[in-house]
Amino acid sequence: MNPLIIARKEIHQAVRNRWVLASTLLLAGLALSLTFLGSAPTGTVGVRALDVVIVSLSSLTIFLIPLIALLISHDAIVGDMERGTMLLLLSYPVARWQVLLGKFIGHLAVLAFATCLGYGIAAAALVATGSPIGSDSLVAFAAMIGSSVLLGAVFVAIGYLVSALVRDRGTAAGVCIGLWLLLVLIYDMALLGILAVDQGRNISAAAVDAMLLLNPTDVYRLFNLTGFANVSSFAGMAGLAQTTLLSGQVLLIALLFWTVVPLGAAALAFSRREL
Amino acid sequence: MSSTVRIADVTKHYGHVKAVRDTSFELGEGELVALIGHNGAGKTTLMKLMLGLIRPTAGSIEVLGDNPAAGEFGGRRQLGYLPENVSLDAALSGRETQAFYARLKRENVPKALALLDTVGLGAAARRRVGTYSKGMRQRLGLAQALIGHPKVLLLDEPTTGLDPELRQTFYDVIERLAAEGTTVLLSSHALTELEERASRVIIMNRGVKVADGSIEQLRNIARLPTRIQLKVAGLTPGELPSWLPAGAPCRRLNGHLIEIDAAPERKLELLHLATSLGTSVEDVDVLPPTLDQLYAHFLRHAEQTA
Repeated sequence: MNPLIIARKEIHQAVRNRWVLASTLLLAGLALSLTFLGSAPTGTVGVRALDVVIVSLSSLTIFLIPLIALLISHDAIVGDMERGTMLLLLSYPVARWQVLLGKFIGHLAVLAFATCLGYGIAAAALVATGSPIGSDSLVAFAAMIGSSVLLGAVFVAIGYLVSALVRDRGTAAGVCIGLWLLLVLIYDMALLGILAVDQGRNISAAAVDAMLLLNPTDVYRLFNLTGFANVSSFAGMAGLAQTTLLSGQVLLIALLFWTVVPLGAAALAFSRREL
Repeated sequence: MSSTVRIADVTKHYGHVKAVRDTSFELGEGELVALIGHNGAGKTTLMKLMLGLIRPTAGSIEVLGDNPAAGEFGGRRQLGYLPENVSLDAALSGRETQAFYARLKRENVPKALALLDTVGLGAAARRRVGTYSKGMRQRLGLAQALIGHPKVLLLDEPTTGLDPELRQTFYDVIERLAAEGTTVLLSSHALTELEERASRVIIMNRGVKVADGSIEQLRNIARLPTRIQLKVAGLTPGELPSWLPAGAPCRRLNGHLIEIDAAPERKLELLHLATSLGTSVEDVDVLPPTLDQLYAHFLRHAEQTA
């Protein structure tokens, strides 16, 4: 199992380089501060403390997880080529797609570990402080963690695609920062601007749905903020939740699509490269 | 003898740069082949082509039954490669690196780890590769190339950065492998080292193969003179021995030494004259053309015909 051998080495390296520790601490720290500072406005009567945490944490995830994922992945191919380690690895009996898949499994495992542990600590802390938590909230929280990992997978795959296409590491980093800005900030602002100008005259609800599907961070946002009734009322998204035609399933498939397509394109670009 | 590597009419262009042009050769089992040429002559390009890291512009390549350009890699389990300036992941230790590569080749990990002692990495094997000196990285690079029982070894400048003692060990190891049937292709600038060991020499110049054969064959082709050094007693300065045929190119090196350039067919005749009765020759050294001189000759020849 070549991909697993490579995945194991990537995880080993990530542990050594303190990537695992750093990203876990970062996510846990932010999740904990949001959990306790974030509940200040709702006061101690917050019977739905975990739902509030889901809203604030998923908004944070949209910024942070793509950034961490791109940081890990942007130099996976072009960086190893520049350092020269790819030259030796490819002289071994492995196919290039196996190298890519192995790295993907490894990097995603690191990200999944950091997310589950970091966010899990926040939920555990809420339970420990005696907040009552309903089972529907727990389901929504678990779905939030799962979809956060999936969002990470999307951006790891996008990072590989950039890494497989560009000539040097600096360019890869630049392009990834640009993509991050575009998908996390600019796209939504532009969309909001268009919708505000249009006032609902020309753009139908279906068109809005389509535009949301074109950005993986919006898919993630919709999934977490509208997917669960208990959460959407806090998120101020109840209105959108009623008009959107996109079910949770469709949104998950969209995220999977956003992972598989860039990953496949990265494998194709990598297989054509010369070292 | 069956071929393990076949290169047929291979050409590789990088944009306008013609790195390799119309080169063909076959390497057989048990051959220890020296690939020599100046920087940029196409040595590394040839190795990369054999590994499928790059695809030929024209021509075909076969390595252990695979076509590397088509992404076939089954045979690579039996192939060892040491790149020029080997780089390894800095965060892992020598042992971890070696174990990783052994797993990729489906080889026994403890056996692969024992190779670390063979190359003299020993105690340093538990340290991170990031802390290694150039020589230690080179040792680890060699150790990974030797994993398993390679049928083909491609070594790009393997002895740079190795101390003389390890060089000896290294040549012992690859000579043993070659004796057991491994094809060893090694490129190097250390021509004197290769001279005694290579069973065959391929000389590249600007991407073109200019010579290919055993050192003896190359000497025959090149027809370079053998140098005969004579220690002669009782010669006055400027005087040459009377038995020396007129027109034989020779020079005085110092008070006692005379050096004669002997064409291959006149070598025995001259030696005979020098050692016959009545001459005052005290000592004789016969120096056949070295690989350095052969190399220089073939390059000059290639440049003139180009």
